[in-house]
Amino acid sequence: MYTEQVIDHFMNPRNVGEIESASGVGVVGNAKCGDIMKVYLDIENGIIKDAKFKTFGCGAAIATSSVATELIIGKTIEEALLVTNKKVMEELGGLPPVKVHCSLLAEEAIQSALWDYAQKYNIEIKGLKPPKLEEEGSEESLHA
Amino acid sequence: MIYLDNAATTPMKKEVVDAMLPYLYENFGNPSSIYQIAQKNKKAINDAREEVAKYLGAKPSEIYFTSGGTESDNWAIKGIAEANNAKGNHIITSKIEHHAVLHTCEYLEKNGYEVTYLDVDEFGQISIDDLKNAIRDTTILITIMYANNEIGTIMPVREIGEVASENKIIFHTDAVQAVGQISIDVKANKIDLLSLSAHKINGPKGVGALYIRNGIKIENFMHGGGQERGKRGGTENVAGIVGLGVAMKYAYANFERKILHLASLRNKLVEGIIKNIPYTKINGHLSDRLPNNVNISFEFVEGESLLLLLDMNGVCASSGSACTSGSLDPSHVLLSIGLPHEKAHGSVRFTIGSDTTVEDINEVISTLPSIVKRMRDMSPLYENFINQK
Repeated sequence: MYTEQVIDHFMNPRNVGEIESASGVGVVGNAKCGDIMKVYLDIENGIIKDAKFKTFGCGAAIATSSVATELIIGKTIEEALLVTNKKVMEELGGLPPVKVHCSLLAEEAIQSALWDYAQKYNIEIKGLKPPKLEEEGSEESLHA
Repeated sequence: MIYLDNAATTPMKKEVVDAMLPYLYENFGNPSSIYQIAQKNKKAINDAREEVAKYLGAKPSEIYFTSGGTESDNWAIKGIAEANNAKGNHIITSKIEHHAVLHTCEYLEKNGYEVTYLDVDEFGQISIDDLKNAIRDTTILITIMYANNEIGTIMPVREIGEVASENKIIFHTDAVQAVGQISIDVKANKIDLLSLSAHKINGPKGVGALYIRNGIKIENFMHGGGQERGKRGGTENVAGIVGLGVAMKYAYANFERKILHLASLRNKLVEGIIKNIPYTKINGHLSDRLPNNVNISFEFVEGESLLLLLDMNGVCASSGSACTSGSLDPSHVLLSIGLPHEKAHGSVRFTIGSDTTVEDINEVISTLPSIVKRMRDMSPLYENFINQK
């Protein structure tokens, strides 16, 4: 069902954890659907110095979180915005059709963390849209 | 490998395979033919029929072989609905039936029938009062499972049979999970139709049976030749049927001892998990429960990832999480017993088999805590819970 790359990232996830006083934090998904991703970013001079994640979800959700954080570390914000669900899927050698939404979640989690950073520091990031409303639901269920 | 998914399917018993082999090679004749090698096959089918009947408390003439549990459920429900549509169009079932029953009922709803889906309590049982209240003048069928496949809860079958019989309503039960786990008597429980499957009792896949009480009017489902006394067309799956007969015999051999063994392993596993892992909850009924079923929710983690880690450790189990059901919603059974989504997503089912040993159970008990901890350490839900504490 899963590719070797997915199993590798699931069994040996990169960048699990939290960043204290992170530059930006994003939470997407909700417990109702069975997936929550929380991404922490440490940003300095427009470069993503570090990224960590915590994920509640299936094997694909954990693997996509792992790959997505790996892909953005050391990149500029602009480059990080190019890490789309397509890119995450490619890195993992594909996902079963029912799991494609997991790769979308990874993209949204990064963008949501960048949005949080932009809000906090009053910066405008070109091409970055505010996170979808569903995020509020996720926060709610996270605190439920 | 430690196989704890016996509610999904079971390994075939060597004795079953040995009994089947001659019917795949030399005894290949069509049972409907008149020459001797074919007649031998006819006898083999009828021997299997007697065996199945014996353990249900039925007559051999009331047993019809099918391609499995799903066909039996489809036949029972559609066949009764069609044969009785002059009397009425209302069917009563429960919300936690197997999809073979639920989707058949939904199909009938699209074709002019009305279906009441009874709620279940937190343990997964229907209320007899609800059942009585649901009965209408037009009710023609009550179809309620003998025992649930996910949480192992046994339904109050005797009371359901009483209510059905008092109201002259036909009672069908999906006993796919109950056969071989519970001693069954269709007459004492006033069951009119009962579905069973061979591969859940160490028999082959692709064969099952439907018990139809003599005198029950039912439409055919498989139209064809005159096989199964004209009720189920299609050349018989002789080897499969022979396998079912032998599997049935072994399923009820040393039955009391087998049940005690299964239940002691089940209890050991439950206690071992609850004692060693905090924030866990057992799903289903504590006493009216199949002896082989353990269903537990591990809070703050998602079931599929637990299954993957268990698999890496050589343990096969299953989950009611959405990720394993191929939809966004977790198991309808777990939601029906009132579990919130996140707890339903974190459920794991272990079903014990006759080959399971105490060592297997001990191994699972010692493996699980580190697996659950690993997933919780990665879970934002757990982080949040700990921070709020």
